Amino acid sequence: MPDPRPAFSLFIGVGHPFRRDDAVGPWLAERLAQAGCRALAHTGDGADLVGCFGMATDILIADTTQSGAPPGHIRLIDARAAPLPDRTFRNSTHELGLAFAIETARALGLLPRSLWVLGIEGQDFGFGETLSPAVARAAEARVDWLLERHDGPARGRQPPPGPRAGKAAP
Amino acid sequence: MTERTIRLDLLARVEGEGALYVKLRSDEIETLEFRIFEPPRFFEALLRGRPATDAPDITSRICGICPVAYVMSASQAVEQALGIAISAEIRALRRLIYCGEWIQSHVLHAAMLHAPDFLGLPDAMEIARAEPDLVRTALRLKKLGNTLMEVIGGRAVHPVNTRVGGFHRAPDADRIAELVPELEWGAGAARDMALAFSRFAFPDDEADYTFVSLVNPDEYPILEGRIGSNRGLDIGIEAFSGAIRESQVAHSNALHAHLADGAPYMVGPLARYANNHDRLPEACRRTAREAGLGPVERNPFKSILVRMIEVQFACLEALRLAQSYVAPSPACIEAPPRAGEGFGCTEAPRGICHHGYVLDEDGTIVSARIVPPTSQNQPQIEADLARVVLSSLDLDDDALRQRCEQAIRNYDPCISCATHFLKLTVDRA
Repeated sequence: MPDPRPAFSLFIGVGHPFRRDDAVGPWLAERLAQAGCRALAHTGDGADLVGCFGMATDILIADTTQSGAPPGHIRLIDARAAPLPDRTFRNSTHELGLAFAIETARALGLLPRSLWVLGIEGQDFGFGETLSPAVARAAEARVDWLLERHDGPARGRQPPPGPRAGKAAP
Repeated sequence: MTERTIRLDLLARVEGEGALYVKLRSDEIETLEFRIFEPPRFFEALLRGRPATDAPDITSRICGICPVAYVMSASQAVEQALGIAISAEIRALRRLIYCGEWIQSHVLHAAMLHAPDFLGLPDAMEIARAEPDLVRTALRLKKLGNTLMEVIGGRAVHPVNTRVGGFHRAPDADRIAELVPELEWGAGAARDMALAFSRFAFPDDEADYTFVSLVNPDEYPILEGRIGSNRGLDIGIEAFSGAIRESQVAHSNALHAHLADGAPYMVGPLARYANNHDRLPEACRRTAREAGLGPVERNPFKSILVRMIEVQFACLEALRLAQSYVAPSPACIEAPPRAGEGFGCTEAPRGICHHGYVLDEDGTIVSARIVPPTSQNQPQIEADLARVVLSSLDLDDDALRQRCEQAIRNYDPCISCATHFLKLTVDRA
């Protein structure tokens, strides 16, 4: 995986906390917030997500991918440089998901100065609050990497962001 | 003899998962099935044995687009069963949060999901490139609706501050007052968007619908009224199950609803508008006139215009309510549990959402019945599709498929609600 060492001042974890591996974004947001990072969980409503792009100049978004790659596979995408690959990120039922948010913001000139997307391949999107073991391992292994790249103002320990994030598998 | 099959395996730009199969033989429809294959979710069974006070929070999870409709219909039903009479201030605050839901739901559908059909765009991703100003306005309007829901409900989706009897906490007056300038802007923006949409080329289509909605002599209905139609139906909400019959069909996981005589009917913006046009503020009726609408609109493709007029109405109504806001005190009316039966019916963005509960003496739910708007609209959607297909046979399969999707989107169907939506298959046999 290329490691351009992106820096970010706002982390957005996209996903649904009750749909197993879809919760990996909110799970990471909770871990980063507990470590003092500016981080929020987001359900992925694209129309609302566009508004979040004005909250910081350097943003990193984590979301689950569903591309057929092995569970836990990591992608790092410079979203300012190019559109997200088709059919990789899960869409909301209204199809106004992350890709919609990024392309709408691009068309409207609302993209932040830097926008990186961290994709973590999911395995199970059924009902439940636990991440699959391979996805949990990949997410856990990424926490320190993310903390090293957070250059925003530490805000101290924050309450868990938004809806309750998924739990790592026991 | 020619055969033709049109398949639409997964409908886009609707809430939920469904499909359409049409088989034609010599330009006659042999089979037309609007298939909802999203799995049933058994909410009514889930409610049995739970405290009645849980019903609003549980049923709000039926839908992420119109949770307030479920909260309000469930709350009304439980309150009736428990003998709770809410205060005028609680009622006004409920109407205010409901305006937020109408604004965000209608704008999302009209501007981002339905407008691409009329603009010849393949999806919502293209609309920002083709019509950036439209999208900027739509996003701002949607944010306004979300903000209303956050200020009153605690968050934009699945509110946490609502409950049987009222609210956990009344919002501060200054938080409500802060909404006023954006609501003033929103009413004008919605009017401008309705007039801009009125210049779309609408398919030439009309049907003699039975429009069913709440009817209220005093106001454009959101929270309460009798259930009425343009064909003489006039019943209290407790009589709903006697007037409306639900049945199962093999090709759909959602129940189909018909009038007692077996006829399909329409709920939603066109029905509300037709049955309550005189209760709209003059500013909204003027917008409707300038957009080319009469007091009754029977072209379903023009539902996009009525939705935007209802957004204008919701902004104006929210403005009125915000300017006259008095924090309810107490924020909630309590009552001890008791056995009883209660009904609730409110106007979700897509039409009437009816709830009925039977409680035992401990206030535990013995039985529940929930009839969402898309279930009610399904038979009428199939009737519309049959009419649209037969009038569009000269279109090639791709164009016909697109026209059918557009006809379905006229209803802003919420399949997740209906299963408690679209593959299209056209078989030209």
